Amino acid sequence: MTTRHILWGALAAGFVCMVLSARPAPQDWFKAETGLGVKKIRLALPDFASQNAPTQPLAGVFNQVLWADLDVSGIIDLASKSFYPPPNTWPSQPGQLQPQLQQQPSSWSQPPLSASMIAIGNLTASGSSLALQAWLNDVTNPSAPPVLAKVYQGAATEEGARDLAHQLADDIVGLLGGGVPGIARTHIVYSSTQHGVTELWVMDYDGANQHQLTHLRTEAITPRWSPDASEIAFTCFVPYRGAVSAQICLYSMAANQLMHFPRYPGTNSSPAWSPDGRELAFMSSMGRGNDPEIWTTDTSGGHPKQLTFGLHSVNTEPVWNPKTGQQILFVSDRGGQPELYTMNSDGSNVVKIDLADMGYVVDPTWSPTAQGQLVAFSWRRPAGNYDLYVMDLASRQLLQLTHDEGRNERPSWAPDGRHLVFQSDRTGHLQIWTMLADGSGSRQLTKVGENFSPNWSLK
Amino acid sequence: MNYRSYRKTALILLVAGLTAFGGGCKKKVPATPAVPAPPPSGPAQPPTVRLSASPDFISKGQSSTLSWTSQNATQLDLQPGVGTVEAEGSTKVSPNQSTTYNITATGPGGNAVSTVRITVAPPNAPQPTAENATLAQLFDRDVKDAFFDFNKADLRPDARQALTQTAEFLRQHSDVRVAVEGHCDERGSLEYNLGLGQRRANAAREFLTSLGIAADRMNTMSWGKDHPFCTEHNETCWQENRRAHFTMAQ
Repeated sequence: MTTRHILWGALAAGFVCMVLSARPAPQDWFKAETGLGVKKIRLALPDFASQNAPTQPLAGVFNQVLWADLDVSGIIDLASKSFYPPPNTWPSQPGQLQPQLQQQPSSWSQPPLSASMIAIGNLTASGSSLALQAWLNDVTNPSAPPVLAKVYQGAATEEGARDLAHQLADDIVGLLGGGVPGIARTHIVYSSTQHGVTELWVMDYDGANQHQLTHLRTEAITPRWSPDASEIAFTCFVPYRGAVSAQICLYSMAANQLMHFPRYPGTNSSPAWSPDGRELAFMSSMGRGNDPEIWTTDTSGGHPKQLTFGLHSVNTEPVWNPKTGQQILFVSDRGGQPELYTMNSDGSNVVKIDLADMGYVVDPTWSPTAQGQLVAFSWRRPAGNYDLYVMDLASRQLLQLTHDEGRNERPSWAPDGRHLVFQSDRTGHLQIWTMLADGSGSRQLTKVGENFSPNWSLK
Repeated sequence: MNYRSYRKTALILLVAGLTAFGGGCKKKVPATPAVPAPPPSGPAQPPTVRLSASPDFISKGQSSTLSWTSQNATQLDLQPGVGTVEAEGSTKVSPNQSTTYNITATGPGGNAVSTVRITVAPPNAPQPTAENATLAQLFDRDVKDAFFDFNKADLRPDARQALTQTAEFLRQHSDVRVAVEGHCDERGSLEYNLGLGQRRANAAREFLTSLGIAADRMNTMSWGKDHPFCTEHNETCWQENRRAHFTMAQ
């Protein structure tokens, strides 16, 4: 074999490697807006100790949930436990950690462990309550005080252990993630057919605690949380005097029941909340000509106002700019097929968002954290499937998040602006998935029945 | 009135009259082109094709005869399930469920499509006769749904033909009110389809209104893709689901 052969071989191998790791690196605009794609903080997370026998099973749940929460956060690189010192030496309080750091400063920071931070702690169950002590330390600076030292109280149940893990994870993510609060205690509302008729269901952000919310015995779809997560607006098909049509329904989480909302003529669907929680925008055919147009009302259905005048076109899926409340992004087929448009929240200044090639663009959703310019949507390109994209509205730059694994639709941002929940039929059934907003780390949350139309609570 | 203003008025009247006359003529053009094209000369003539079914309402297990004629076509494809056929002919079909048949004529001058729908009643549904039929049975027999192309709410010729029959029923039964439901196939998105279905229902109602049926007898709504008539993942099925469907209102 000549030198040239070896050179070509190396080049070919390099090319294969490039193709195999084909996920494009997020561009600078995306890193700046989401904080994703920058260097993650490497954290050592030895199991938290259980201080007495009854705590044992709860500590197991706690450790598993805390690890998972930090692992999916997108900003923390959890060092594998196989690199840690022997488990019987794992510290669970500062009195055990400090001597290790003083006597052997590199014990947690040397390669391959290479941690820069360590989180330690312990759990004690007494009666019906569960206490958690937790510390977060900089292992490269042993003499510095802990970044976090906190006691948490919860219920001595599996649910209580999960919640304590979520609280601690949120605190750690908040401290290490530039002040953006963690999302471990947020919820996802969605439509599910698992008990037959499509009803609304709610689950924790990680897929735990899935439970049915509505019992209307008619389709309940397109749910959206109010900004304070106290109510859910959705599309329902509740019959009235023998007639059925799509109507706006409101569900109160506090009262655990439907609130009154007026019926309008024709089809009314896809309600979305204004960021101050005072208005709803939705599609309605109540107007002249019965064309599906965007309307707004107050949250009790009063003062209906028509915003779009698309004339013989469909105008739907409105979403408010969560930062300013001054702009609405929506879908219209006035150009022949569904595409994205923006307008001012009074209906003026309608601008089409041109995308490079023609296609079918639906399900827009606006990032709650970025400077009001980052949107995600589902796009079926002419020869392709429904895939999710993120776009910077200011520069029109795009990042493709899913790559032809089934149909991927209806993205919704987590309040940290780093995660998206969406529906995908990549397993052969429509299920709810989450992923980081750069398209990595996708996780399936639902498994039973068909599940779709997810929406992430902002609290 | 001086001469100049008289002349102006006359001109306006003349233009108005011609416009009205022209508009009137336009409306009398039949919805389905049946006029044979002249023999080809010079540039290639576009093909024409016409498909019909007799009868277009059968019970499950019975058959219907599809007949077609064409001009200027070099190839004819009849779907679903028949395939390439001669320029003119007929064939018996026995669909198990209501089916829309398409014939595509291809020639040097382009393509043409004609569609016809055969409605299949459940096997034990008695074939209604004028004497014993209930209103519901007559409704099922005589009221025809309108079918649409993908992502479209425009009425095709076969949809106009179907709605013309529906209008006839509604004229004969002036006390009947209907719900017009818009439906879409599974390929579109859920939320957009709710709007598209509404536009299909609107299109059907507008056409019926133009045929003299009072708009307030027809309530429109949309199911989007939520209540499909057919759940297979192919064009035959998708076509079944792209429709404006009529039900009798209370």
